[in-house]
Amino acid sequence: MQKGINNLIEKFGASDLEVRRPGLSFITVENTKAVAAITHLKDIDGYTILSLITAVDWIEDGIMQLTYLLNNPEEIAEIGLRVMLERKEEAGESMETIHHLWPNAKKWQQELKEMFGIDFPTSPGLNDPFILEGWDAAPPYRRDFDTNKYAEETFFPRPGRETHDPAEHMKKNMYPNNPSDYTNKKYNPNR
Amino acid sequence: MAKSKLFTMNEDRSLYPELDVNGKPIVDLTSHKYVKIWQGPQHPGVTGNMSLELTISGDEIVESKTHVGYLHRAFEKLLERRLFVQCMPTSIRLCVAEPDTNEYVISNAIEELGNIEVPEMAQWLRMLSLEMARLQVLLRQVPGQAGTFALGLGYQWGSYIRDLILDSFEELTGGRVYHMYIIPGGVRGLLPDGFKARLLEKLKLIDEFIPKIDKLIFNNVVFESRARGLAYIPKEWVDEYGIYGPASRGSGVSRDVRKTNPYLKYDQLDFEPFVTTEGDVYARTEVRRADLIMTVDLIRQILDKMPEKGDIKAETPNVLHWKIPKGETYSKCESSRGEYGMYFVTDGSAMPRRVNLKGPSYTHANALLDKLLINANIADTAAIMVSLATCPPEIER
Repeated sequence: MQKGINNLIEKFGASDLEVRRPGLSFITVENTKAVAAITHLKDIDGYTILSLITAVDWIEDGIMQLTYLLNNPEEIAEIGLRVMLERKEEAGESMETIHHLWPNAKKWQQELKEMFGIDFPTSPGLNDPFILEGWDAAPPYRRDFDTNKYAEETFFPRPGRETHDPAEHMKKNMYPNNPSDYTNKKYNPNR
Repeated sequence: MAKSKLFTMNEDRSLYPELDVNGKPIVDLTSHKYVKIWQGPQHPGVTGNMSLELTISGDEIVESKTHVGYLHRAFEKLLERRLFVQCMPTSIRLCVAEPDTNEYVISNAIEELGNIEVPEMAQWLRMLSLEMARLQVLLRQVPGQAGTFALGLGYQWGSYIRDLILDSFEELTGGRVYHMYIIPGGVRGLLPDGFKARLLEKLKLIDEFIPKIDKLIFNNVVFESRARGLAYIPKEWVDEYGIYGPASRGSGVSRDVRKTNPYLKYDQLDFEPFVTTEGDVYARTEVRRADLIMTVDLIRQILDKMPEKGDIKAETPNVLHWKIPKGETYSKCESSRGEYGMYFVTDGSAMPRRVNLKGPSYTHANALLDKLLINANIADTAAIMVSLATCPPEIER
């Protein structure tokens, strides 16, 4: 078994192990034990590289999943550590920061706050705008964010962007005086 | 070659702003000691569309902050609303310079979760397309580094040969920049008749190009004196900041996914990525020069070793009704900038549940660049950015 997995199961009660391929496993750990488990993986088990932190919104299950992908360059192994947070209706799930372990973690946490609304108290610059400067709507990467509704409410429709039914459009523009002519023409696709 | 001078901070800190408890400089712009300027988002010395908010004392940078957001098109969100096959044209636009790596990581993730075995011939062709993509990037990047010090001629030479490689891409795939050659299950086509011979002829031009850029750039006193010792990355930062590819190999840490996690048929090729320990801009350029030579060699090996014919695509379900069981994976490959990965989650439906791209620029252009620019001369900003090969679309996705 991949290095560190046994420790995660025995010391941190990790569960739902999924070995995707040799050298890549995913495992779930409780959110209260997650930072301790990550610290252990980094300091003891050699997972010294933080490859990414991201979130998956399982809206139907009421779960916001955080995934920490850690890399052990010596053993050539990666662990995807899943942390399941209780999903809140209006965003604002909270998780401990890990910027003290890797300085670049603060950027991922800043992005997760902006895009998913997940809070990482004490993470530096967490509320600074990262990608969405001046954004005042709900975090856009949550599953319940209605992109179409947001666009319709925010942006003015530009002239020339209306859509037409091709058959009706041709009737109206090519045979304005006698639309029934259209139905007799051989090129009418609906004939 | 002259020995690299070590990066040193100016000992006299009286001209610099005091730091607050968070280590952030306290800058009083009304004191007339400092000037705040923006480099980018439209600036010839910025890679892509991003900008740097620089605080300058004299001609020295005392604080830098990377600003992104000029390119954000919510690709990751768009992919959640696309069938798997529809993800392809969207995903390649995540990186304009080297889109083939996107084709590979997303196809590989879909195949892994959908239990698709890619035929051997397709694996060789994929590898050829990925190495050709790396080649066309390096042909601009190696001389482009000197371009940031006003030595623009090599960049023009490189761009000419790059165009010839793009001609080969056009021949192979129909597209020059975006190829969509690698698709879930395999690739779109076999090599056209005579393609091998024509490509080998073009590679000879690169053999002639290397001594020319050696003379023009690597033996040039201006380039050497400005690049040596500039933006020094200590070995210890490689893990701490998550540094990949040429930037890590320039600091003495050998990181190459093709070696550590051989994918496709890389285990059948004979190569050893170049590593040096100097850690400065000169070292990173040397690494890329060695990569350029290695890529030419790898393409020759691929053309020599690949089978003449074979299946190029595995059977896949009807792409309009293809549902993939619930699962998650991380698919990665080595791009010209370093490890390029994609975290891919499926939920049993016909569309991805979540896609998260991880390109090396995410860390290189943020935490690392902000740190490297402190105490640098403002005239070296472009050189430092280019030495990290920052690509803003990887950050914003």
